[in-house]
Amino acid sequence: MKNRKRLMENAIHGIFLILGLITVGCVLLITVYLVISGIPAIRKIGILNFLFGRKWASTAVEPQYGIFPFILTSIYGTAGAIVAGVPIGFMTAVYLAKIAPLKVKIVIEAAVSLLAGIPSVVYGLVGMMVLVPGIRIVFHIPDGASLLAAIIVLAIMILPSIIKVSLTALEAVPREYEDASLALGATPVETYFRVSVPAAKSGIAAAVVLGVGRAIGEAMAIMMVAGNAPNMPKVFQSVRFLTTAVASEMSYAADGSLQKQALFSIALVLFLFIMLINAVLNFFLKHSKE
Amino acid sequence: MNHVMTVKELCLWYGSTQALKDINIEIEERSITALIGPSGCGKSTFLKSLNRMNDLINGVRITGEVCYRNQNIFDKDVDVNELRRSIGMVFQKPNPFPMSIYDNIAYGPRTHGIKNKAKLDDIVEHSLRGAAIWEEVKDRLKKSALGLSGGQQQRLCIARALAVEPDVLLMDEPTSALDPISTSKIEELAMELKNKYTIIIVTHNMQQAVRISDNTAFFLLGDLIEYGNTEKMFEQPKDKRTEDYITGRFG
Ligand SMILES: Nc1ncnc2c1ncn2[C@@H]1O[C@H](COP(=O)(O)OP(=O)(O)O)[C@@H](O)[C@H]1O
Ligand SMILES: [Mg+2]
Repeated sequence: MKNRKRLMENAIHGIFLILGLITVGCVLLITVYLVISGIPAIRKIGILNFLFGRKWASTAVEPQYGIFPFILTSIYGTAGAIVAGVPIGFMTAVYLAKIAPLKVKIVIEAAVSLLAGIPSVVYGLVGMMVLVPGIRIVFHIPDGASLLAAIIVLAIMILPSIIKVSLTALEAVPREYEDASLALGATPVETYFRVSVPAAKSGIAAAVVLGVGRAIGEAMAIMMVAGNAPNMPKVFQSVRFLTTAVASEMSYAADGSLQKQALFSIALVLFLFIMLINAVLNFFLKHSKE
Repeated sequence: MNHVMTVKELCLWYGSTQALKDINIEIEERSITALIGPSGCGKSTFLKSLNRMNDLINGVRITGEVCYRNQNIFDKDVDVNELRRSIGMVFQKPNPFPMSIYDNIAYGPRTHGIKNKAKLDDIVEHSLRGAAIWEEVKDRLKKSALGLSGGQQQRLCIARALAVEPDVLLMDEPTSALDPISTSKIEELAMELKNKYTIIIVTHNMQQAVRISDNTAFFLLGDLIEYGNTEKMFEQPKDKRTEDYITGRFG
């Protein structure tokens, strides 16, 4: 009887272990696959030419494979989305955590959840139909599909993660800290910004990093609003991101061609970026638990 | 004797349940007033009414008057932040901010507009000395306050309250989470502080009330049953319920 029970226990442990290993296996498989398929093109093109080449002309008679414009565009686009999205998201979180009446809070939180659930193709579609023409008209430029449009879309897309993660961090701040501050004669708003926010800072930092991760990995929505030309990034210029560079040429690049191999190399670069961001995120999450 | 605070017909409701019933009390200046009574009788509620910390709780309704230096604190033109600066509070559980010892003390003065570094240094030292903890922390002012022991944290909280130069200090069971040695340090400190401040302290420890307080108020189920000189009250309580409580028959 006892033996059978132990056997059952062990079997169940084994099953859980295998299920866990499936995830690890996927990550390993993807990593290995990306490294193997990403290295050859980098070798052929030369790592400096590849990373810092300023021209991408994969279908030209004399093709050039410089992804510096994509790297910069991804960095600028993400940074722009963070600069625009973090203050809005952060302030919303402070409002929800500390100020909003319960009813208002429920409504806004529901809206935020909904925003998180909207598929990125819908963001792209709305951006294409509303934002792009809007930018064209407001700034008097020939085409509104630009880095600016992508930044705005990304900023909106990262709002839910920033709001939710900062909100959780702010709500976890012990009420006693705030009471102590109020009892010293600080106003509620002073209390939020000088006590609650500093006490939640690692959680808020994690929210920002999560936003960065989300923005840098997004492809579909920005492909639809950024114009997708491989230019060096400028605010009103049509641009291409690391993600969209892969997505836009993959379908027609010939198998085995250097072009296709270079697309895998771009994916590898993107992957490394995201690994880096995850490492930073983990650091903050660990820090906030202490 | 001067009266710093005069409470008249104070009633307080949490939603529909009444937690304070028609409280009348006068607090003597530069003395220690102890609030005793079984748990749930309204001591903390009463204490928090005195610096309007109850304002922050949803559904609280208050009637009656609390006059602090001849001004009803519930009047519309009272600046509640200024009121809370004058009437400091020390909580049951030590609650230093997750900041350095220095920043904890400097928090209040900074809030009230003091930026000058030398002046802040001065206030920090003075407040920590005032709370009898300077010698223990003077070499680690930049270290986190959360690294102190519970008793040290509580004295730090007292120092933090002193840093804004209050007039009255409210203490809600400040020693209930502390060991006996820290407790006696805080009691000594309270007796010293009463030379400069008016202290109102909630305690469920009757020996503590006897040891340190000048006057004692006994609460029961939201009523103030008896109030007067501590010695007299513990020797010869007027009310049967007070007698039952201080002789340990209930609570
Ligand atoms: N925030 C609150 N909301 C509703 N009821 C409360 C609240 N705080 C205290 N009470 C109630 O008021 C009564 C007095 O509580 P309290 O003042 O904390 O008592 P004491 O400090 O004497 O133990 C208790 O019955 C308690 O349940
Ligand atoms: Mg209490």
